[in-house]
Amino acid sequence: MKLTDLTASMAAEKIKKREISVIELTKAYLERIDELNGTIGAYITVCAEQALRQAESVQKKLDSGEDILPLAGIPAGLKDNICTKDVKTTCASKMLDNFLPPYDATVTKKLSESDVIVLGKLNMDEFAMGSSNENSWYMPVKNPLDHERVPGGSSGGAAAAVASHMSCFALGSDTGGSIRQPASFCGVVGLKPTYGAVSRFGLIAFASSLDQIGPITKDVVDCAMVMNIIAGHDPLDSTSVDINYPDYTTFLNNDVKGLRIGLPKEYFGSGLHEEVKEKILDAVKAYESYGAIIEEVSLPFTEYAIPAYYIISSAEASSNLARYDGIKYGYRAKEYSDIIDLYKKTRSEGFGTEVKRRIMLGTYALSSGYYDAYYKKALKVRRLIFEDFQKAYQKVDVILGPTSPATAFKLGEKTANPLEMYLGDIYTVSVNIAGLCAISLSCGFDSKGLPIGMQLIGKPFDEGTLIRAAYTYESNTGKSGVTNCGI
Amino acid sequence: MAITKEDIERLADLARLNLTPEEIEKLTGDMETIINYSMNKLNELNTDDVLPMEHVLPISNVFREDICEKSFDREEILKNAPEKAEGCFLVPKVVE
Repeated sequence: MKLTDLTASMAAEKIKKREISVIELTKAYLERIDELNGTIGAYITVCAEQALRQAESVQKKLDSGEDILPLAGIPAGLKDNICTKDVKTTCASKMLDNFLPPYDATVTKKLSESDVIVLGKLNMDEFAMGSSNENSWYMPVKNPLDHERVPGGSSGGAAAAVASHMSCFALGSDTGGSIRQPASFCGVVGLKPTYGAVSRFGLIAFASSLDQIGPITKDVVDCAMVMNIIAGHDPLDSTSVDINYPDYTTFLNNDVKGLRIGLPKEYFGSGLHEEVKEKILDAVKAYESYGAIIEEVSLPFTEYAIPAYYIISSAEASSNLARYDGIKYGYRAKEYSDIIDLYKKTRSEGFGTEVKRRIMLGTYALSSGYYDAYYKKALKVRRLIFEDFQKAYQKVDVILGPTSPATAFKLGEKTANPLEMYLGDIYTVSVNIAGLCAISLSCGFDSKGLPIGMQLIGKPFDEGTLIRAAYTYESNTGKSGVTNCGI
Repeated sequence: MAITKEDIERLADLARLNLTPEEIEKLTGDMETIINYSMNKLNELNTDDVLPMEHVLPISNVFREDICEKSFDREEILKNAPEKAEGCFLVPKVVE
């Protein structure tokens, strides 16, 4: 077994027992990146020197007998919309190609305080807008399992890096499925925490009422350990919720006896690929055999989630992206006649096609005469979707379904038709609209050998139950995604 | 509802974007498809008695004491500026 095959918890154990050194482990990852990144395109920036310096300092701490934290010395990658002080943070956009943040995001600070080694910054769809990672200004990311296929998006680089062992774990962001769908396509574990559980300070905004940072990991144990580092109240984020956050590793129990799992009938209808459906229903049977109680539930407003999501997220994006004006940071057009011309040329040259499309959609939804009919209407439907889940959670503890209607598609397959691309987000967007938490984990492969992800959706701040349910499945089936992929 | 090229041009101006004729052509079709799909769908629902939900959390503004705290160094902030002069961001002339 290679060092890079180890999960974070396994590697951390070996570091503590002095079986491996932090430097050795970090070097193994950097070599792996050298070997594979040219093909996969998971990293935009690799911080080799910084990572090795950090590895030496963590190893010194360890050698001097200091107590070290649970994930000390573990190499990880960050999606390139998470600010890292003096390390280029681009959002995979020409607009921010030269941007050096003057500060660390709260999660970046937390990782470094936990002595996690930052390997570099991970590729993504430009400004996190996309479901295939084809919208990166730098290069599309390839699915490590099949290089002709997409890794999913927008955290495609993060999922591909973890799946191909170029990173022991990664942090992504999820606005409408951007952690869970790529995790599903690449056969790894991805958690979208409850809105407000993880600080968004230093996360470059796409849609502020929906965005949330979360872990992409090799297994559920690692997911719980990373959540322990990143969850918590942050006074620098006004939407951060001030409650007591649990030790998520206490939920790593192989026990779902009596757990009420709801199957929304709307998640199993037409549009769901037959092979995906089959594997999800196998997982349901497995849960039943572990002692869970399966019940059918209904989320009648599911079919309205995509239109509501694209109106709300584009409206927020058009407002958030107004800040890119070529004045304070980022790209500036070379020639212009006056200030308005400077704005227009800068933005037209700096943004890619999908970003422009969303800005235009959002501008439309917020423009006078359409605001009530479009934006306000979508916000009303948002409440209906929120209440759908509230009702369902009176009957069940957790909701189970597919993460995505199909497995990874081919590069270029859906780029011509944006609406078709958007419709693939059907099972993930509701979770963001309602501010819930959800985890995606691998539950088998289709006939092409591509991973299938199941999604468990939890009540607000009930990540613990998701971790318990996911851990139970993983412990009993041994299906911790990547370890079975044979990459 | 039909989206015209003129609509797209007006929106592009509001969004401070210059679009090429090809971009306008493509966006006119894309926007019409996406907006018609979305609105036909959402308008199936009567939402007269539903309150809009901007946010899932009952959030309110977060205040802190009005005390001066250390902020960023001026040079630190200016280092990302595309053009700067004498400790300021440089912009084209905005007042005649």
